[in-house]
Amino acid sequence: MAARELVLRVNGVEHRGAAEPRVTLADFLRDGLGLTGTHLGCEHGVCGACTILLDGRSVRSCLMLAVQAEGHDLTTVEGLASPDGALHPIQEAFSEKHGLQCGFCTPGFLMSVHELLAHDPAPDEAEIRSWLSGNICRCTGYQNIVEAVQYAAVLQREADR
Amino acid sequence: MKPPPFEYTAAASVEEALAALTEHGDEAKVISGGQSLVPLLAFRFARPSVLVDINRIRGLDGIELDGDTLTIGALARHRDVELDGALRARCPMIVEAVAQVGHAAIRNRGTVGGSLAHSDPAAEWTALALALDAELDVVGPSGSRVVAAGDFFVTYFTTALAPDELLVRARFRIPNGRSGSTFVELARRHGDFALAGVGALVTLDDDDVVADVRIGLIGVGATAVRASSGEEAVRGRRPTADVLVEAAAAVDADIDPNTDVHASADYRRLIAGVLVRRALETAIARARGGDDGRS
Amino acid sequence: MTATAAPGFVGQRVRRKEDARLVRGAGRFVADITVPGALHAAILRSPFAYAGITRLDVSPALAVPGVEAAFSGADLAGRVGAFIEGARREITPSLLEQVDLEVKSCPLPVLPVDEVLWFGQPVAVVVARDRYAAEDGLEAVEVDYDPRTALPDAESALADGAPVLHPELRDNVAARLFISSGDVDAAFAAAPHVLRERFTFGRHAANAMETRSVQASYDAGRNELTVWITNPRPHLIRLNLSQMLGLPLENVRVLAPDIGGSFGTGLFAEDALIPFLALALGRPVRWTEDRQESLAMTRHARDQVHDLELAYDDEGRILALRDRFLVDAGAYNAYAVTVSYNTAAHLRGQYGIDTFSIEGLNVVTTKAPVAPVRGAGRPEAVFALDRAFDLIAVDRGLDPAEIRRRNLIRPDEMPRAMGMPYRDGKEMVYDSGDFPAQLEQALEAFGYDELRAQQAAWRAEGRLVGVGISSYVEGSGFGPFEGAVVRLDQQGNVHVVTGAKPHGQGLETTLAQVCADEFGVPFDRVTVTTGDTALIQYGIGTFASRSAVTAGTAVGVAAGRLRTKVLAVAAELLEASPADLELTTDGVAARDVGRGVSYEEIHAAAAPGPRNRTPEGLAPGLEEQYYFVPPTVTFASGTHVASVEVDVETGFVRVLRYLTVDDCGQMLNPMIVEGQIQGGVAHGIGTALFEEALYDEDCQLLTGSYMDYLLPTADEVPPIEVGHQVFLSDLNPFGIKGCGEGGAVSPPAAIANAVVDALRPLHINVNRVPLRPEALLDLIRQAKAATIGGQKEGEG
Repeated sequence: MAARELVLRVNGVEHRGAAEPRVTLADFLRDGLGLTGTHLGCEHGVCGACTILLDGRSVRSCLMLAVQAEGHDLTTVEGLASPDGALHPIQEAFSEKHGLQCGFCTPGFLMSVHELLAHDPAPDEAEIRSWLSGNICRCTGYQNIVEAVQYAAVLQREADR
Repeated sequence: MKPPPFEYTAAASVEEALAALTEHGDEAKVISGGQSLVPLLAFRFARPSVLVDINRIRGLDGIELDGDTLTIGALARHRDVELDGALRARCPMIVEAVAQVGHAAIRNRGTVGGSLAHSDPAAEWTALALALDAELDVVGPSGSRVVAAGDFFVTYFTTALAPDELLVRARFRIPNGRSGSTFVELARRHGDFALAGVGALVTLDDDDVVADVRIGLIGVGATAVRASSGEEAVRGRRPTADVLVEAAAAVDADIDPNTDVHASADYRRLIAGVLVRRALETAIARARGGDDGRS
Repeated sequence: MTATAAPGFVGQRVRRKEDARLVRGAGRFVADITVPGALHAAILRSPFAYAGITRLDVSPALAVPGVEAAFSGADLAGRVGAFIEGARREITPSLLEQVDLEVKSCPLPVLPVDEVLWFGQPVAVVVARDRYAAEDGLEAVEVDYDPRTALPDAESALADGAPVLHPELRDNVAARLFISSGDVDAAFAAAPHVLRERFTFGRHAANAMETRSVQASYDAGRNELTVWITNPRPHLIRLNLSQMLGLPLENVRVLAPDIGGSFGTGLFAEDALIPFLALALGRPVRWTEDRQESLAMTRHARDQVHDLELAYDDEGRILALRDRFLVDAGAYNAYAVTVSYNTAAHLRGQYGIDTFSIEGLNVVTTKAPVAPVRGAGRPEAVFALDRAFDLIAVDRGLDPAEIRRRNLIRPDEMPRAMGMPYRDGKEMVYDSGDFPAQLEQALEAFGYDELRAQQAAWRAEGRLVGVGISSYVEGSGFGPFEGAVVRLDQQGNVHVVTGAKPHGQGLETTLAQVCADEFGVPFDRVTVTTGDTALIQYGIGTFASRSAVTAGTAVGVAAGRLRTKVLAVAAELLEASPADLELTTDGVAARDVGRGVSYEEIHAAAAPGPRNRTPEGLAPGLEEQYYFVPPTVTFASGTHVASVEVDVETGFVRVLRYLTVDDCGQMLNPMIVEGQIQGGVAHGIGTALFEEALYDEDCQLLTGSYMDYLLPTADEVPPIEVGHQVFLSDLNPFGIKGCGEGGAVSPPAAIANAVVDALRPLHINVNRVPLRPEALLDLIRQAKAATIGGQKEGEG
C-alpha cells in the first residue's frame, strides 16, 4: 500500500512524516524521524532494545506499526534528558553504576525502568530482575543494571521531595 | 525482517471491522495488540492482503467482575487484567496466568481477545478459558453467537471463528465457595512460551472434600487442554498426597504433547504431571486458607 | 596558574566518557548513520545446508517496485578478489618449526556460483530504495537448488566415504595440529589409573545485541572508498577491501563507530559485498543484518568434541594428558588454527602437567563457519579438563578442591615454562600468578566449607544444592602490536587516536586514564578516538583481551614522550631545565619561580616556520606516535566457584551464586574490569545452560529466532561476586593483563561441576554443554533406574 501521511507526537513534539502501513514504529522513529536512539535488536519482540513508552507504558516499537501510533503520546530515550541537557535520574544512575557497556540495549532498558519506577518507586532486587527480564543485555551480566535501578529509585525519591 | 506489503484499515466500530472482513474474506487479518501477529509479519509467515486494525473501537476493553462472572472485552490489555486487585483476590489463577504472558511491554499492548483468537496452544488465556468454562461472544455479518470455550479452540492457531467474524468478549465463570487456585508453568526462561503450564482451581466443601476442580493445561497438545481425567481423579475425594499423584498420572490420558526444539513430547508429559501435582497442592492450600508458602 | 594534581587516574573507578552519549541514545552505531542517497541491500540466503545451485536468475527482482539492482555470484567474477587468509598466512615460521601444524587454504567466498555449503550462506543480493522493498525483491529471485546429503558434524565429515566438501583440501580436514612433550605412551602405560572421557561442547552463537551493519560510499572522481562497518578490526577490513576490490590502500577509509558488543572477530562475505555494490552502482549502499540472519552465522563458535585421557596416581596427581579434539569448523576454515591452537595452549590451565600430547583437527562440515568468539577455544578446553578433574576426584574419594590443590602450579615455580610455544611462536611461559592462593581466596570468599557443611542438611530437606569449581589461564595482550598517536592542542587538551576498537569495554575511558597519568593532565582534558583508519596508519583492533595491554601501553608510552617534548619546548621558552618544570591547568610553569608559559605559547613555539622554537633534534609539532610490540602474551588467570540448585523432578537448574577471583595485573579501572567479568560470566551461564545453535537432521538451522535461541536474562543470572588478585605483568611497563574474556571461560565447567555435585548420590556425569533440563532429567532418571536396591523417597 502506498505511503500515507502520519503525524506522531514524540517527546512532546509533533512530527510529520509518511510511511507505508507496513512500516514498523521502530523503523519510522529511526528512519522517518531520525530518532536513532531506539535500536533494533531482533525485530520480533523478544530482546527489548526497541522499547519506548506509549502513553507512559512500555511497548516494543518493533511490534507496532507506525500508523497505529497516531493519537498517542510517545516517549523515546531522546525525551528523557531535560531541555537544558541535564540527565534524567535514570540515565545518571546507569552511568554512575556502570550499568551499560556497549550501550546498544541501554535505551530500551531506560524506558523499561522508567515505567517500573513510575508504578513502583522502591522495587527490590527480585522485582527489578523480573521486570527487566524482558530486556536482554549481552555485556553487563545485569548486576550493575540492578544497582543502577536501585540508585535511580533513590535519586527519583530525592528529586520528588 | 520487514513485513510484506498489505492494505490497512483502522475500524472505528465493530460494524466497520465486520464490513472490512466481509469484503476481504480470508485475505484479511484482524490486528489488535499485534504481539503475536507482527512477528509473524516480520518473518513473512503471515501474508494478509489487508490488515483490519480494531484498536480504535471503543467499549471493547472492559474488565468486569460481577459475582461469579468475569466479563472481559476483547481489547482489554493483559496488563490491565494483571493489575486488577479485586480479581487477584478472587481468582489468583487468572492473574498469575496473565503475569506470565511474555513481559510487561508485551502485556501492555497484547489483548485478551487477541490471545484467544490466535489460539497458540501455549497461550495462558486459552487454558483459563477452558478451565473456567468461558463463553466467547462472536459477531459476524449475520449477527452474534456464543461459542463455548470447549468448541472454540480447534487446533494450532485455529479457532471456530469464520474469516468474517470478530471475537468481542469473553465471559469466565469463577466458582464460588471455599476455593483456591493458581497457575504454574515451566519455561526455559521467565516469559518464554511454556514447555507446559497448568491452571488449577479447587473448591473444597466443609469436609475438606473436593467439590469442584478445574485443570487447564498449555503446551501439551494442538490446543490448550481441559484435563477432565485429571479432574475426575480428584473430584469428590479428599485431596491427599496420593490422590494428587493419581490425578497427575491421570492427566496423561488428556494430553498429546509435541516434540520441538525445546523439549520432547516425553519430557512434556513428565513435567505436565509434575506441574499438575504442584498446582493442585497450591490450589488446595489456598482453598484451605493457609499459607502455601507462595505469594 | 595552579599546579595540576597528578592524582593517578589509573586504578580508579572513573565514570566513563562513553556514557554521556550512550545514555542519551546519541551513540552512532553504523545503522544510525545515514549516508545521503544510500540504497538498501537485502541478501538471499541458502535454505539448504549442502546443495548445487542449478539455476539462479536475479532479473525478476528488478521488476519489483523500489528495486534498483540485483547481483549473483556470477556478477562478481573478476571484479571481487578473495579474502586474504591472514590467520593462515601470518602463522609465524617459528611456530611451524616447533609444532606439527598443517593448515590448508580454505577462505570464505563472497558469493558462491555453483553450490552452497551452509544454511544461511549468502547467494544473491538485491538493492532497493529501502529494506522493505529489497526484501520484496528477494522473493522475486528465481533460484533452484539440487540438495545433497549434508555433513552435520565432524564425525560424519571424517567417516569413510563422506563427500569431500572442498576438493582442493583432498579430505574434510582443513587444519591439524599436534603438540607433545615427554614420553606420553610410557607415562600412560605405567600409570596406576587412567581416565578416558568424551566431552562435547555445543555450537554457540555470539549474539551481540547489535547485528552487523555495513555502509559504503564510493567517490569515483577520487577513486576513494569509505566504509562504515560494525567490526572491531577496521584496519584489517581496509586491507582486505583494498586487495579484493583493487583499490590502493590509501584510498580506502574504514570507519568503525560505536559497536554494540561484537564478542568476536572475523570477516564476512557482506563486508566485501556491500562495498563492491557501492563501486558497481556508483551509489552509496547500506545493509544491516537482521537477527534471523545473525543467528544463522554471526558468530558461530565452540562446537568441539574432546576425547581426553588423564593418567593419574593414587593421590589424584595427574601424570600425563592426552587429548584428541575435533573442531566442527563449519563450511570454511577461514580462521585457520586461531581457536584450535588456543584450545590446545590453554588445555592444561593452572596445572603442572608436563607430559602431554594434544591433537586437534579442524573439520569442515555443512554448517556456518565458526569464528573466534569470547573465550575463543578456552571454554572448551577448560570444560574438558575441569570435568575430568571432578571425575578423578570422585574416583579417588577427594573433594574437588583438594584434587586441584594437589595439581596446581605452585607460586615458587613461576615464571613457568609450559613446554610448548604459544600461538605467536614464542615459548609459552606463565609469567606471574599464585594459583593456589587464588583457589583458597575464592573458596574462602565463597564460603565453600560452610556450604559443604550445610549440603547434607539441605539434601535431607529435599533441596539439591551443589557447588562447582573451575579455573583458567588466559594468554592476553596478543601482538603483533597496537599503536597510539597523542597530540596536544592549544588549550592543553590531549587527543589520543588508537587502532584499538572498543565495543563496550570502555577504552575511551581507560586509555584516557593512562594518558592523563602519563602526560599529566586531568582525565577530563583527554579525548580518545578510535575506529578510523585515516587517523592512524597501522592498527590491529580489539579482540583476544589485548587492548588494555597493547593500546594501553602504546598510549602510555606515547603520552609520556609527548610530555617530555612539551616540557622540552617549554624549557626552551623559559630558559629552564625540564626537570624544574611542571604542567598546570593553563600551561607549563617553572617550579618555585612563578614564571610560566601557556599551552597556546608552547603550541606556537612548536609550530613549523621561522618562529619555531623546538629544541635541536626534535621535529616540529606536539604529537607523538608509538607502536607497542609486546614480547609475547602475558597470562591472566581466574578461579570461579558456582552453586546451583537442581529441581530433580524437572531437571531445571538455577544458578544460586557465582563468584570469581581474577588476576588481571594492573587494573586500569576496577569498575570496568568487574563489568567485563560479570558480563563474561553471564555469557558463560548462557553457554552452560541455555544457548545452542541447533540443526535438524537435514542440517537446517532450528534456532532461527529468539524464541528458540535463548539468551540469559536478569532472571537467569545471579549476582556475581568479583574478587581480585594483582600480579603485575612484567611484559609491559604498566603491569597490565587482559580481562575481557576470562569471565566467559569457566562458567560451563563450574556449573556442570556444581550440577554433578548437587546430584552426587546419583553419580551422574555431565560431559556435554549446554545442559538442557530434559538432558539432565534423562541423566537423573537413568541414574535412579540403575541404582541397585532403588532410592528411597526424598533421597537424591
